[in-house]
Amino acid sequence: MTRYLIRRIIELVPTALVIIAASFALVRLAPGSPFSSEKEIPPEIRRQLEAKYGFDRPLPEQFVRYVGNLLQGDLGLSTKYPQRTVNEIIAAGFPVTLSLAAVALVWSLLVGLTAGIIGAVRQNTVWDHTAMTAALIGISVPSFVLGPLLVLVVSLRLHLLPPAGWGDWRHLILPGLTLGTIYAASIARLTRGGMLEVIRSDFIRTARAKGLSERLIIWRHMLRGGLLPVISYLGPAIASMLTGSVVVEKIFNVPGIGPYFVDAAFNRDYFLVMGIVLLYAFFLLLLNLIVDLLYGFLDPRIDYS
Amino acid sequence: MSNGVTGSERTAETGNGQPPLPAVSGDLVAGTSLWQDAWRRLRKNTMAVASGGVILLLGLACLVGPTVLFAAAGYDAQTQNLAQGPQPPSWEHPFGTDFYGRDLLVRVLVGGRVSLSVGLLAALLAATIGTVYGAVSSYAGGLVDTAMMRVVDILYALPYMFLVIILVTILGKSLLLLFLALGAVGWLLTARVVRGQVMSLKEQDFVLAARSLGTPGREIVFRHLIPNTLGPVIVTFTLTVPSMILQEAFLSFLGLGVQPPQPSLGSLINDGANQMLVFWWTLVFPGGVMTVLLFALNFLGDGVRDALDPRMRT
Repeated sequence: MTRYLIRRIIELVPTALVIIAASFALVRLAPGSPFSSEKEIPPEIRRQLEAKYGFDRPLPEQFVRYVGNLLQGDLGLSTKYPQRTVNEIIAAGFPVTLSLAAVALVWSLLVGLTAGIIGAVRQNTVWDHTAMTAALIGISVPSFVLGPLLVLVVSLRLHLLPPAGWGDWRHLILPGLTLGTIYAASIARLTRGGMLEVIRSDFIRTARAKGLSERLIIWRHMLRGGLLPVISYLGPAIASMLTGSVVVEKIFNVPGIGPYFVDAAFNRDYFLVMGIVLLYAFFLLLLNLIVDLLYGFLDPRIDYS
Repeated sequence: MSNGVTGSERTAETGNGQPPLPAVSGDLVAGTSLWQDAWRRLRKNTMAVASGGVILLLGLACLVGPTVLFAAAGYDAQTQNLAQGPQPPSWEHPFGTDFYGRDLLVRVLVGGRVSLSVGLLAALLAATIGTVYGAVSSYAGGLVDTAMMRVVDILYALPYMFLVIILVTILGKSLLLLFLALGAVGWLLTARVVRGQVMSLKEQDFVLAARSLGTPGREIVFRHLIPNTLGPVIVTFTLTVPSMILQEAFLSFLGLGVQPPQPSLGSLINDGANQMLVFWWTLVFPGGVMTVLLFALNFLGDGVRDALDPRMRT
């Protein structure tokens, strides 16, 4: 297990390097420059600006320097917001995005697992059909439709929660629900499918034969089977919650990292774009590693050696 | 496809590598092909058939609706008419009019046309790239396979939507480039599915037979392996279409997709969300159409999967 973990972490190094190189190439080889947008800048000022950010050096040298800084945890300076470093911008926005994603995750697991378990245990009953139709509707309502509708009904008509902004826990609820619903629906479907796959297997029959209570069978044995597909879905799901929160942050005017990214991509704010992409990529790599470890924990048949 | 086993022959009745059974009279031997089987199962799924009907209706409405409305009432999607202001739904304007006095029904239909075409084309592109990539990778095997799949793993680790956003800002905001960007990033799942299929297919006797006849590798991949993976590819494709439509709308909602005055469902919903408090219909109708479209596509996709997935066969 420890050896597996060490091997996986060592394997991450080349992957991370390729990701850094690929995103560097993608961002830097794109036409346009951070200083080409708005009004014409005099050539000498432009030269000074480029020197300040090191853009006057050859690309390979810039790349080496970037990776060097990255190893020291320095993500560089923003060109769009000259007063701020990329580290500062991320430190301000990412926790907000993370807390949104956390609320969305809890909501989606709560609703998704409940609906999925009901669907599987009461297969082909009214309960099952209702839960699964609701799940399919949940998958089909895009967040940018659900969000404004929630604002319209919950905030503007019923005055229960604030429609937008950021501050205390009440600002988290509507954006979290908006972000999480689509994943709740997917989780419900995966849980149901996973449980139905094990429901007729031998170990469930054995459990029944030795007289275990139905509740224990469901919670201890069936749910394990149901959780496997959910676990492997969670990695990509959390990643897409983080990126998907771009839209939710826009709807609810939440000061997360999303709006910065769209802005930065437009303004060719090289270091900010790179910083955010790399942050998300490393988050994703880490998540996938955790998912693989959890998988082995839930399914003892998986052998890590 | 003389010496290959096509999808239609890969049924329980004629096992691989065996000569087909002699044709005795009657239905006893005349087996149903995989596709006939799937089609029969799909037709029995009432909800999937209804969803297919809804999609056809919506598609037809989006295709001819704007022309008909222009001929009948002179509505078009772009000409502004401020005197017609924002109006609530009426017999004249079933979906109401937007802030600039444009009939919302026409704009929703034109927007639906954008969504459907971008969704279909991007999913088609993704399916094509993914199928070829997955099949080549798996057939080549060894180091080539490892390297090609490592590329897929790395792309998986990049934040997908951010990649599309970067591509859109590089390529520019046009409809054609939008579908190229979506398709160029969305093929990973198909590649993995096809690779898994080809892994088992390439060990089978008909591939050995083809190879021993001196069939070049390219032909084996394209004529013998890929046709046999069509089932899972179609399943992935049908479920990719709604997700591509969703992503186009996502980008348009952020102002990165289709540009005004051209409507798209995403940008219409964005407009509607900004003025929903006063002009509720500008959010409800585009949002409703989008939801119905996605719901029908997802339901049909589920139906196709159940019909084609061998594990679900009874």
